[in-house]
Amino acid sequence: MKQRDVFLAAVVILAVWQVAAMMVSMSILPTPLAVVVVFVNELQNGLLTHFAVSLWRVTAGMMLSVLVAAPAGLVIGGSKRLNSLLSPMIYLLYPIPKVVFVPVIILFLGIGDTSKIAIMFLILFFQIVVLVRDQASGIAPQLLQSLQSLGAGRRALLRFVYLPASVPAILTALRQSIGTAVAVLYITELSATKYGLGYYIYYRGSTLLDYPSMYAGVLAMSLLGLGMYFSVDWLERKWCKWKFVS
Amino acid sequence: MITIQSLTFEYTHHSPLFQNLDWKISRGETWAILGPSGCGKTTLLYLLAGLKFPTSGEVSINKEQIQRPRPHSGLILQDYGLLPWSTVRENVALGLNVRKFYGADGKHTPENFIPKDNVESWIQRLGLSEMAEKYPGQLSGGQRQRTAIARTLVLEPDLLLMDEPFSALDALTREDLQDLTLSLCEEQNITLVIVTHAIEEAAALGRKILLLDAPPNQNPRIFENQNAGKAGYQNSPQFLSLCKHLRSQMQKKGAE
Repeated sequence: MKQRDVFLAAVVILAVWQVAAMMVSMSILPTPLAVVVVFVNELQNGLLTHFAVSLWRVTAGMMLSVLVAAPAGLVIGGSKRLNSLLSPMIYLLYPIPKVVFVPVIILFLGIGDTSKIAIMFLILFFQIVVLVRDQASGIAPQLLQSLQSLGAGRRALLRFVYLPASVPAILTALRQSIGTAVAVLYITELSATKYGLGYYIYYRGSTLLDYPSMYAGVLAMSLLGLGMYFSVDWLERKWCKWKFVS
Repeated sequence: MITIQSLTFEYTHHSPLFQNLDWKISRGETWAILGPSGCGKTTLLYLLAGLKFPTSGEVSINKEQIQRPRPHSGLILQDYGLLPWSTVRENVALGLNVRKFYGADGKHTPENFIPKDNVESWIQRLGLSEMAEKYPGQLSGGQRQRTAIARTLVLEPDLLLMDEPFSALDALTREDLQDLTLSLCEEQNITLVIVTHAIEEAAALGRKILLLDAPPNQNPRIFENQNAGKAGYQNSPQFLSLCKHLRSQMQKKGAE
């Protein structure tokens, strides 16, 4: 994605927002400029801390998901037997809306960060495991046979084929998961915490009815997601150079 | 060097491709396996490579029964089998890296394996120096095939198995790589077994040609072709006559 395109898209979104705010002309929808001013002020007034806490939670949840789901996807996708054994289980568990387990997980893991990271892990795990499994099981048999003829056994295939072949799938899964992760982050921060952007947005909007601050929180959450998108893009350019050559 | 005794092979729920097949290959020979689609050419190559195993009978190389891919055999497939995420240099070094990964365990790597840095010399030898940092997606078909050949020869094989390696290449590149393959095999004293469905290619490369028919193959015919690889042979009347003869044999069997 080109920076110029992102900038143009941002200009269009801000323009639509500005027009909508002028048409509605109510405190519930302040103009972008008013929100940006509050956003800058709020950064020095605690918003940065909320941002940092949320960034930590969402990064930890995503990293934990990758660390567990990517190897699981590789192992399942690399073995026809394991795939046929575990795929039905994945398909049964995948569609269950894990977010409904928030109260149960809080009861099990307490009100700290662990429960929030755990619910994000539960949701992202399945997305990543399915994508990586599909990538691993879709590797051309000729590629595997070529490597086997060079002496590669199961471990070497994992190291030299399955793992590098799955890096793009892991990054795609991460990119697809960012939207979900940020949405889940908001839900998990609605209760049992006094820190995080979810808490900040809900408290400012629903309790204090301070809408410009609420939108400043929404802006911070959007920037969090955008930053994560750009980070994944950067990792892809760094680790998957072969995809960008012509 | 290679002995196939009473080989029978069938895929599950299919009739046998080979039934009690016997075949012998001596060290340094150059064989082409020719036959129509579905006759079992590639399967026979995979049996030699240790990637498939007989239903009954035995495949032995240097008196050792093949039970897994053999460290001294090289296999080059039609689509080259290059890792798309690795550069030419990394692809050429891949076999060595696999061996370093296991160490000299005698199973994946020869017991007497000593890591040897001959990657650069093979890159140069095959004219790949300028594209050593490029990825397979940036190469032509001929350059990819050269990379695959370099990757195999780095491991100093005594047997080279090729499955329709030149079929996707244009005529000039194909002839260039056919000559290169033959000269390298002769120079390194490598036994060559190449699978092809192209009569002209079999006649150009194989000093012996194994002609397979529709399965089950029991007694495939063998054609001597000692002039293969010699300069000007492909323009000679003998070459044309052999191609004509092979074609008529294949058509005759097809009609039966």
